[in-house]
Amino acid sequence: MVTAVRTDARAVAETVTDPELPMLTLADLGVLRDVRVEEGTVVVDITPTYTGCPAMGVMRADLVHALHRAGFADVDVRTVLSPAWTTDWISAAGRRKLAAGGIAPPGSAPVRTAGPVPLQLGPTRRTAACPLCGSADTEELSEFGATACKALRRCRSCREPFEHVKEI
Amino acid sequence: MPHVETVYEALDHAHGGEGQWAFGTGFDEPLAGVDTTVPDGVDPADLGEYCLMLGDDALVLAQRLTQWITSAPELEEEVAIGNTALDLLGQARLLLARAGSVGVLGRSRSLATDSIPDEDALAYFRDADEFRCTALVSAVNGDFAQTVARLLVASTIRLAVFARLRESRDPVLAAIAAKGVNELAYHRDHAARWLLRLGDGTDESHRRAQAGVDAVWPLLADVFTATELETRLTAAGIAVDPARVRGEVRDVLTQVLETATLTVPSWPGDAPPRGRLGEHGPDLAELLGPLQSLAREHPAATW
Repeated sequence: MVTAVRTDARAVAETVTDPELPMLTLADLGVLRDVRVEEGTVVVDITPTYTGCPAMGVMRADLVHALHRAGFADVDVRTVLSPAWTTDWISAAGRRKLAAGGIAPPGSAPVRTAGPVPLQLGPTRRTAACPLCGSADTEELSEFGATACKALRRCRSCREPFEHVKEI
Repeated sequence: MPHVETVYEALDHAHGGEGQWAFGTGFDEPLAGVDTTVPDGVDPADLGEYCLMLGDDALVLAQRLTQWITSAPELEEEVAIGNTALDLLGQARLLLARAGSVGVLGRSRSLATDSIPDEDALAYFRDADEFRCTALVSAVNGDFAQTVARLLVASTIRLAVFARLRESRDPVLAAIAAKGVNELAYHRDHAARWLLRLGDGTDESHRRAQAGVDAVWPLLADVFTATELETRLTAAGIAVDPARVRGEVRDVLTQVLETATLTVPSWPGDAPPRGRLGEHGPDLAELLGPLQSLAREHPAATW
């Protein structure tokens, strides 16, 4: 019984989409960390993409609302700060949906080590194929984009600008 | 995708139908569900004060950066500055909420109404003498080159501190630091590349970059000097003594400046801590005025 409830609650939570990247669910994005039932309360763990991500409040509210609508009266959405979110947690399905939505998915996140973080003075070594024409000949226009998680690039083949979820 | 009305209904519902305080993002408790137990052998008041030091550095630098909005040299840079400020504001929120969670609220709580979250009470209802940031972040921006120089210096120091703070015995600080490291590396490298572009650019951009660096360097005087509280918390495995990052910071800054064909100014001697103890010049009060005036004028405003 408890397992069935948890499975149901998880299925509901997994339908909730990201407010900024609506083609992705929070599960696709790797923000949804756990769904469980504790003494009749559905407990949902989420983790912020960026510390200052202003969408966290909306994500929390959307989760609560979706679970309430599905009949779960008691819902507790908790923030998990550790381990820190990484773009490596974006699922394969999420990457396909991003590309289909015109946003280049991230490559592998930089390897994290315990010591000092090495300085990167050269141009960013990131590469991203154009999500519109598929060309690999693209250039970065700006390290920062319309949301904290994206950079802005341009395709040298079809000349279209596009967004790229930057590796972190 | 939920209809906008649904989102706001849900927000409203999540808070028992009460309106949201107008000046913060109070619908999302930043530490909701995080275990905020204070580690054994640590005075909660010390931990809270230390969180104010780290949080105020981020809050005040974010506010300084925000002064560039609508005035940045190019649109992409405006977006970059806005995003950098937002990352710092996020770090400030968590750190000020951590200070509030252990009861360090100064005089702010007596001025703010009950519905205002701790981190917002600390941001909006403390006077300058209760802030614990250094002059490195509160000093005026100067021109764009000076702003870039200050961002480089401030993010290099903060990154070095946060990289070590990942090992803090306080799990909340360790988690905030681990997350912050990824963001701060981005800020530092962005500022470093700008300084390269300016320093190794035209005669005028080189002149301005050097003047910006020269203006920022004296602000390093007290940033590597620990307060007694930081020394105590470092010994307890909670904090990072800023003196320990001095070598790494000097190496990084020297590397950037030399690549940018700029002269490294002489390093100032260590001065006793001032900003960390609440001693600030007029710059901070001038910055806090516009930040705090509306919230103080209408403390009970909701939307």
